[in-house]
Amino acid sequence: MAKMMYRDAVVSTIAEEMERDENVVCLGEDIVGGMGTPGGPEAIGGIWSTSTGLFGKFGADRVIDTPISESAIMGAAAGLALSGKRPIAELMFADFIGVSLDQIWNQLAKFRYMFGGKTKCPAVIRMAYGAGYNAAAQHSQAVHQILTGMPGLKVVMPTTPADVKGLLRTAIRDDDPVIFLEHKALYGVTGEVPDDKDFMIPFGHARLSRAGQDVTIVSTGLLLGFCEAVADKLVAEGIGCDVIDLRTTSPLDEEAILDSVEVTGRLIVVDEAPPRCSLGADICAMVAEKAFASLKAPPLSVNPPHTPVPFARELESAYLPSVDKIEAAVRKVLSYR
Amino acid sequence: MQLSRDALLRAYRQMKVIREFEERLHVDIQTGEIAGFTHLYCGQEAVAVGVCEHLSVEDKIVSTHRGHGHCLAKGCDVNGMMKEIWGSREGLCKGKGGSMHIADVDKGMLGANGIVGAGSPIAVGAGIACKIDGKGHVAITFSGDGACNQGTTFEAMNMAVVTKAATIFVFENNHYSEHTGFEYAVGTQKDIASRAEAFGMKVWRGDGTDFFSVFETMREVLEYVRVPGNGPAAVEFDTERFFGHFEGDPQRYRGPGELDRIREFRDCLKNFRKSVTDAGLLEHADLDALDAEVLEAIEESVRQAKAADRPTAEDVLTDVYISY
Ligand SMILES: Cc1ncc(C[n+]2csc(CCOP(=O)(O)OP(=O)(O)O)c2C)c(N)n1
Ligand SMILES: [Mg+2]
Repeated sequence: MAKMMYRDAVVSTIAEEMERDENVVCLGEDIVGGMGTPGGPEAIGGIWSTSTGLFGKFGADRVIDTPISESAIMGAAAGLALSGKRPIAELMFADFIGVSLDQIWNQLAKFRYMFGGKTKCPAVIRMAYGAGYNAAAQHSQAVHQILTGMPGLKVVMPTTPADVKGLLRTAIRDDDPVIFLEHKALYGVTGEVPDDKDFMIPFGHARLSRAGQDVTIVSTGLLLGFCEAVADKLVAEGIGCDVIDLRTTSPLDEEAILDSVEVTGRLIVVDEAPPRCSLGADICAMVAEKAFASLKAPPLSVNPPHTPVPFARELESAYLPSVDKIEAAVRKVLSYR
Repeated sequence: MQLSRDALLRAYRQMKVIREFEERLHVDIQTGEIAGFTHLYCGQEAVAVGVCEHLSVEDKIVSTHRGHGHCLAKGCDVNGMMKEIWGSREGLCKGKGGSMHIADVDKGMLGANGIVGAGSPIAVGAGIACKIDGKGHVAITFSGDGACNQGTTFEAMNMAVVTKAATIFVFENNHYSEHTGFEYAVGTQKDIASRAEAFGMKVWRGDGTDFFSVFETMREVLEYVRVPGNGPAAVEFDTERFFGHFEGDPQRYRGPGELDRIREFRDCLKNFRKSVTDAGLLEHADLDALDAEVLEAIEESVRQAKAADRPTAEDVLTDVYISY
């Protein structure tokens, strides 16, 4: 085990996989940082420091700094993947997916199926998502809501450095397109990470981060920590919560959620995207369908409101699900007898 | 054409307002009181002002993430902008947008923009509206040497040409897109205007650190685009950004002495002062008086921003058409 930051788990996993397989290549804006400047390549590195040192180790053919051209970056990832390479393309902010969506949604995601299963499309699209930086409406969004519903994509949302390591490795070795969502407020979080260079976490296997028998709380990313804080606080009152970290939203570990709800009879999903057609709504509906008989209270989804992400500190903190809002939801489902 | 004394004083004042607005933000951001990402326009003032001094409120501009200068030059309220950047509910956008999303549509300022390359298509629409209205108004899109690589920019250029939109593409080449040099990222031999030319537009080039170069170039560009039926045009200004890409950028991609050199030789305010005093058009004292007045105006805007009402949780839910 080694102690490592979330962002360093990203870089070290990419480096290990590039070392292991010469077909792995990276591309993205400023991932080298300093190209064509007096300071030269790697003068500064990417803004999230998630590609530091890769250019020096693997060179310009395999670490491709691109112009600001998200559509071409995602399309190039698709073309690389169809040509025997294993691209890892970076979108600096998840919000920029709007610029590049066709190449992801109509191209990458659909090749395997449309081409009658004749092709593999091993591409990883990494992106920094989420609120917490007062970066306003176009630099703060959680985009898993739109991507999870797209057939042909696997969607990964790691919460801990160890999960970054295990899930990113699985993503890079996977033969299908994987969306890898990194929460920008978690990049500086430190945790224990296994040293094993083959450590992998399979997709569709949730992680139980707190165990209890009264309420099931499902979440992932930044908000998982808020859910853990609520669970820890309520222990003193004799209230026990299962806190489930989904790790991947597609595939979804239905079994872990259903097993838990069968015991607790109460479900809360805490989701960083707005409420309509959300991950929260999706999981609540799934549980209502498949575990109706176990439920002691209506399943609840805790989301931001149906608005863009606002700028000012007061507005952004009112926008995001908070520890207080999650606690209130837990008390609400417990109030049903 | 010779500018009147009043026009010269006004142009200098506008550039100075932008300069001091940004210099003050640079200081205040260090205290941690201002939230979010801020991209300062310092160094490029001659472009915003040299363009916007030709415009009326009926003319439209579309801006970028580095938008403060364009907004101020187009007439957005200094106090309203400062309050917005400080996140007040009294700000131009009620604290919902912040630095990257300042807009005042009534002033013909159709928004700063956090998505690089998003502005030009919008300016095509605004330019088509100008064409339909037939009153000789224009829509101007500002883009950087980074934004010129977006597909949206290419699409906008071609569509403006084929629709004969009254749109002007102003490219501000400050040599960097974030941490990447334009020599690496712009494939057309360090030149952006030639791309616009290839799309079928008449193009101009000018020195974006010299107000007079920008102003005179834009006079020609506007004379051309304001003629109904002429369609779009493009202009590239070579310029400098004095601060980092965003506040907090360590700027290790710069060369030794680069910042001192551009502050010394490529400062549009210094250059303006020298030309007008050398030519005997204005006295140093005239400009010194404006400097003092502008500093006080910026100080006042900060006082107001600090004292202004903060937004509340209820404000999150306003201005959205549908609530759940
Ligand atoms: C679609 C999109 N891609 C990337 C970014 C991140 N980004 C913000 S500004 C910038 C550089 C823009 O360079 P340029 O157009 O030259 O403008 P300048 O910053 O020099 O004013 C980048 C890459 C963004 N905001 N939007
Ligand atoms: Mg630039």
